[in-house]
Amino acid sequence: MGCAKPPNERESKIMVKVTIEINDVVHDADVDPRLLLCDFLRHDVRLTGTHVGCEQGSCGACTVLFDELPVRSCTMLAVQADGHAVRTVESLARDGGLSKLQQSFTDCHALQCGFCTPGMLMTLTPLVESGQRLSDAEIREAISGNLCRCTGYQQIVDATRHALDG
Amino acid sequence: MKPASFEYVAPATVPEALHLLADDTVDSKVLAGGQSLIPLMNLRLAAPERLIDINNLRDLAYIRDDINGLHIGAMTRHTDVLASTSVRQMTPLLHEAAGFVAHSQVRNRGTLGGTLAHADAAAEIPVALLASNAVITARSIEGERQISVEDFFQGYFSTTLRADELIVDVFLPAMPPHGGSAFNEFSRRRGDYAIGGAAVVLVFDDQGICESARVALLAAGPQPVRAPASEGLLVGHRLDGELILAAAKAAASSANPVTSIHGSAEYRRAVIEEMVARGLREATQRAGV
Repeated sequence: MGCAKPPNERESKIMVKVTIEINDVVHDADVDPRLLLCDFLRHDVRLTGTHVGCEQGSCGACTVLFDELPVRSCTMLAVQADGHAVRTVESLARDGGLSKLQQSFTDCHALQCGFCTPGMLMTLTPLVESGQRLSDAEIREAISGNLCRCTGYQQIVDATRHALDG
Repeated sequence: MKPASFEYVAPATVPEALHLLADDTVDSKVLAGGQSLIPLMNLRLAAPERLIDINNLRDLAYIRDDINGLHIGAMTRHTDVLASTSVRQMTPLLHEAAGFVAHSQVRNRGTLGGTLAHADAAAEIPVALLASNAVITARSIEGERQISVEDFFQGYFSTTLRADELIVDVFLPAMPPHGGSAFNEFSRRRGDYAIGGAAVVLVFDDQGICESARVALLAAGPQPVRAPASEGLLVGHRLDGELILAAAKAAASSANPVTSIHGSAEYRRAVIEEMVARGLREATQRAGV
């Protein structure tokens, strides 16, 4: 191992070309390797629906679908999404109408401040879309990686139940 | 919060990755699932000069049955380990442990090789692999070598892996017919790092006498550790309630947990004792003796 140069003495950054499909639209961009996927989505693509909370993989607010699987976009680099497909909360409403899960969140009062909501929705959407049957315990397990500080989890579980059964 | 600047390389093949790792003029770090490394970089606790992203090495993501056990590729994600029928049937301890790893978002990215190399004493998979007597295959441009999991961990977040080596494969022996295993941990919130825990593998003979015992402890010191004093009490005996309690006590006495905001050393030792006791009971029951 060579002795690491302090970050402020390192040579200027080398931008990397990436092609990322985001919500069915292909984006070409030059990104700094250290740019996190969540910051790329918010600042470069201007999709601010993805919320950034802890920035260290604890709170789940920044959850997006990466090749259809929920991941935390603060623990991925934008360069890693090159050649992959990302779905954010903006993909859920179609033709001006809310998705079934979004409508259930509204109907069951599953959001108060709404900060955790995009992460909750992106974690739960694949489960709702797959049409599988889930117990309340399985719903709670599914959202165990998403912290909510004000709504209370019960309404979120109720809304998911409503979307799964409805 | 941003990682410090680094050079990013994403090799397309294992040999290419090994050549990059062999360059000791640069402070390099391998990026596998990134579920520990990226948070550390976001917090600037890690600031490597070069990041070698091995996520394009798809040929390191596999679960292969062998006569005596399972070969699992280093880039196999926890989600795939958890979903594998082979893992559930042949190495049930790993299946059970994978279910405790964080949350779905983390399991969709985190890898078997990554969590091994990170070597967190409070992480589930390294402890499960220690109890399973796994064999790690590491490769460098010089060649390949097998490392017993016994010789792998070396203090806080440290392993005997050389800087130019990459973990490529992990072999887990299959559970024998009269064997049983159990993974238990306690955490304040589901998916958090455990306050304490234990992985247990017991093998019995036809008469129900314990032939071999492996008891590995979670969050019990600087690295994943076994509890030989506890194991020694079990081998050669039939396991009854009294012996199980004595073995759990011995395991707790050998543990060296650290006081933190999540629990005092004394409390953690008590948690470990209970997790070992539960594990021994479950493993005995599952072995069918």
